[in-house]
Amino acid sequence: MLRFVLKRLVSLSLSLVVASVVIFLFVEVVPGDPAAFMLGLNATEDTLAALRDQLGLSGSLIERYLSWVGGMLRGDFGTSYTYRTPVSEMIADRMWISLPLALYALTLSTLIAFPAGIWAASKRGSLADVSVMGLTQLGVAIPNFWFAMLMVLVFAINLRWFSAGGFAGWDAGVYPAMKSLTLPAIALALPQASILARVMRSSLLDTLSEDFIRTARAKGLTKRQALWRHALRNALIPVLTIIGLQFSFLLAGAIIIENVFFLPGLGRLVFQAISARDLIVVESVVMLLVFAVIVVNFAVDIAYAAVDPRLRVRG
Amino acid sequence: MSLLEIEGLDLDIHGEAILKDVSLAVQPGQIVGVIGESGSGKSMTAFSVMQLLPDGAVCRGRVTLGGHEMLALPEPSLCRLRGNEVGMVFQEPMTALNPIQPIGAQVAETVLIHEDVSRAEAMARARKALERCELPEAKFPLSRYPHELSGGQRQRVVIAMAIALRPKLLIADEPTTALDVTTQAQILRLLRRLVDEDGMGCMLITHDLAVVADMAHEIVIMRQGEVVEAGPTGRVFDEMRHPYTRALFEASGHQPERDETPRDVPLLQVRDVVRDYALPRTRLFAPQEHFRAVNGVSFEIAKGESLGLVGESGCGKSTLTRAILGLEEVQSGEILLDGEPVFTGHRPNRDVRRRMQVVFQDPFGSFNPRWKVGPLVAEPFHLLDDPPNGADRDRAIAEALESVGLAPEDRLKYIHEFSGGQRQRIAIARALIIKPELIILDEAVSALDVSIRAQILDLLADLSARFGLTYLFISHDLSVVRTITDRVMVMQAGEIVEEGPTALVFDAPQHDYTKTLIAAAPVLPERGAA
Amino acid sequence: MTETGFLRAALRSRSLVLGAVLTAVFVLAAVVSFLWVPHDVAMLDIPNRMKGPDGMHPLGTDHFGRDILSMVMVGARTSIAVAVVAVGIGMVLGVPLGLAAAARKGSLLDEVIMRGNDLVFAFPSLLIAIMITAVFGASALNAIIAIGIFNIPVFARLTRGAALSLWTRDYVMAARVAGKGAARISFEHILPNVTNLLIVQGTIQFSLGILAEAALSYVGLGAQPPLPSWGRMLADSQTMISIAPHMAIFPGLAILLTVLGLNLMGDGLRDLFDPKIRRVGR
Repeated sequence: MLRFVLKRLVSLSLSLVVASVVIFLFVEVVPGDPAAFMLGLNATEDTLAALRDQLGLSGSLIERYLSWVGGMLRGDFGTSYTYRTPVSEMIADRMWISLPLALYALTLSTLIAFPAGIWAASKRGSLADVSVMGLTQLGVAIPNFWFAMLMVLVFAINLRWFSAGGFAGWDAGVYPAMKSLTLPAIALALPQASILARVMRSSLLDTLSEDFIRTARAKGLTKRQALWRHALRNALIPVLTIIGLQFSFLLAGAIIIENVFFLPGLGRLVFQAISARDLIVVESVVMLLVFAVIVVNFAVDIAYAAVDPRLRVRG
Repeated sequence: MSLLEIEGLDLDIHGEAILKDVSLAVQPGQIVGVIGESGSGKSMTAFSVMQLLPDGAVCRGRVTLGGHEMLALPEPSLCRLRGNEVGMVFQEPMTALNPIQPIGAQVAETVLIHEDVSRAEAMARARKALERCELPEAKFPLSRYPHELSGGQRQRVVIAMAIALRPKLLIADEPTTALDVTTQAQILRLLRRLVDEDGMGCMLITHDLAVVADMAHEIVIMRQGEVVEAGPTGRVFDEMRHPYTRALFEASGHQPERDETPRDVPLLQVRDVVRDYALPRTRLFAPQEHFRAVNGVSFEIAKGESLGLVGESGCGKSTLTRAILGLEEVQSGEILLDGEPVFTGHRPNRDVRRRMQVVFQDPFGSFNPRWKVGPLVAEPFHLLDDPPNGADRDRAIAEALESVGLAPEDRLKYIHEFSGGQRQRIAIARALIIKPELIILDEAVSALDVSIRAQILDLLADLSARFGLTYLFISHDLSVVRTITDRVMVMQAGEIVEEGPTALVFDAPQHDYTKTLIAAAPVLPERGAA
Repeated sequence: MTETGFLRAALRSRSLVLGAVLTAVFVLAAVVSFLWVPHDVAMLDIPNRMKGPDGMHPLGTDHFGRDILSMVMVGARTSIAVAVVAVGIGMVLGVPLGLAAAARKGSLLDEVIMRGNDLVFAFPSLLIAIMITAVFGASALNAIIAIGIFNIPVFARLTRGAALSLWTRDYVMAARVAGKGAARISFEHILPNVTNLLIVQGTIQFSLGILAEAALSYVGLGAQPPLPSWGRMLADSQTMISIAPHMAIFPGLAILLTVLGLNLMGDGLRDLFDPKIRRVGR
């Protein structure tokens, strides 16, 4: 097991290195001079040179890459041109909205999807199954930002249960902060929960038709016992994959949903940075999100091995 | 009163009649062999007893197990009986166990479900059940996972689960079909010992008459959902009242008519062939290790001869086949067809390749389901520099199909329109179409029912006589090899351990492994002598 | 299955029929919009802005007085075009990569393709779009590229997985015995047997593409004015949602129904191709 984890750690670091190279090359090499991009057409050669120095853009390609990565490892993401503040500070503020939002949504999604999927599978073909599957079909098809807008219309504007947007801030206490994240989290979670419930159901049905379920039934287990004791854990393997993938969708989705609710998270930051052509901010936020995705997928790999003993030996 | 009594059992699945008026009985301590080909309903009879039938199944008639009316019992009562009064063993040991649970927990579960005992007590009982199934603690601790066991060992775990509570009846559904012949013999011996020790009744379902011949007290022969003949084993073999029984018996030991004149012009020469596979590295910088699948194999096949190659799974016979066909290069040694090497300068030699063809085991996986039979049969034309076109091509396809007993019009159909036996004929037609000299038959009749198998063996013997074909006949089934080959080789762990005229090797085996194999193979009693 | 039998089974599948009808409606709307729309979408009619549905404007008007029905019809063109091209990019590049990786399983090529896939999966399509727009600016074309890039590993992985199991079939071995090479076998034997899977996945990626395009246009990274797009219509409606909810409801419904139709069709096709009828009795 330890060797398995170490092996995964090696491949995790490799992915991070390659991803950082891709992002670096994309932003710094493909479009030519980022300083010229940031300052627009009327910039003088002096200001350009000054900006390049400030952004750490002087020196060879490899030197620049190493200084960028080295900086990130020390928590120094460079300085935003438009705001003239360290990028790390800007990100740190915003991250405490986007990350909790994605995790909140992931939790909701799992809490909804597992019971729904298991229930539908255990009552296959019944009215319950058909209605759950019909609802998930709708849930998969609904654009999450539109669903968010409808919820604002109903729960904020008409019923006034929630505020239509903005963030109370963690300083105001956990409850108000969570409350302002609740509608966004539901909007994010529902489509993902629908997907997850469908995967859970079909994976469970596949497992239920396996030979070892028949063996379990021949031992005297009821259908229910066979499902809970043998099918569920086996069915979890594809479900884990989807949960891992969903985290990256949720992070990306959070960026969009923040727009609907005027949440000052990474999404708002990145869009402001794009319109201000503040590439260093874009680069850092993308790197951070990719880092989160890769780490979550690493965690999913470890979870696999915990579920499936066959993976532990193969490594 | 019988332990198990099935009376007038009818079974419909979604309105289709699967079983018709099936009656049979099992006494305590008795092994009843239920024999039939595919579609005979023998497995469904077993599942009817367990009441583990697919959705849409409707049973009528009576199934009485130890005084319980199985068809009338509600599901909770059935659950109390399953595993407790009746245990079941399945055909496919590789998939019959939960892959992510240790074997101890899986066996102990049988105990925990039915008896109010502590987990430790259940584990101790599981240990005992596994010991009884000859899985000693030293080598097979309870913490083992199924993927760490071989097929035969997994089947022992399944049996341990079934007998942990010493049920009155054990149902074994083709328990050895997926296993090698020596493993099969061990598992059958284990089943018989358990039946004797516990005085269980046992319903042993199989397609192989020979398996039950020296094991079952009673025999039930089924065909298309009906029992055609039943009775004590000796009497059934003696009398064979029903023509189907006779046909089945004859097909099982079928001996095709063959010309057995000895030949000595060599066609295929295999000399000191070695084939290594690189093993996956265990550590990043570990030296590359190899697995030697074929180790210094040498033999010859004469023109027109039929040579058998016998061995259990993993002995290297498939690797050897691929090497002969020129699909993989060997590490050392040479393979010559009529003096020409199959590989020249790291490239397969097309001139040699077009003189050999192959027929595979699986009649379902051997054909691309999206192609029509015509193009499928004509595929080996790819090996010719100047393949026939248009009318010539159609004529060649028609000729090949006719030579295996199919109609030329069949070339327009898709493969799913044919039965398993017909597909195997099409596979032979595909091999014949470029008029090869050597045909490798890789378990070519192993997946077929005995009656179909007999027909295909006849066809092969006939084709060999008509076209002067040379066969390399690869099989794990000794009885088939015996009927169709002139000489036989026995392969074990990548090496040929014995070689000689078929009759001589079978009657007086020299090598220990050959002796084990022949002793393990179930044999049919001589007609009327049982 | 014979062709008529296939058709009959297709018509029996409720989800397939419903999905096909919904999809056909929106494809038709997009096609018709080239020839005729109820009102010109380029014409502003400020006095009639933000009107609710009535006889003149069945779905009402937007904040510039444009007819929402016409906008939805023209927007369907953008959505469908973006999704079709993005799925096309994914298939054209992903399927050969998957076939090649399977044909050379375990080789360096396979390893490179699979690791490349993992890498792209770490960048959700939105992040790719953000990077592209940050550098090249926002446009429908960049949205297509972003969604298309994300589709490549989806198809590559699917194709590789299915192809790997096909490579173990005896008919592939028979083709090798007939002297055929890996490329020929991939196209003659492997590809025809993965097309069903690709069609099903294609409809799913198509619907995901429509959702992704809507999301990108909503945040301003996709279609730019004056090109009408469902996502941008929603973005425009957001500030007016309390005054003119119909401006948000109808474009959203258009997305929902199109995606629903495609998903139902995909599900129906999957059931049709893979009926999983288990053979009973031996």
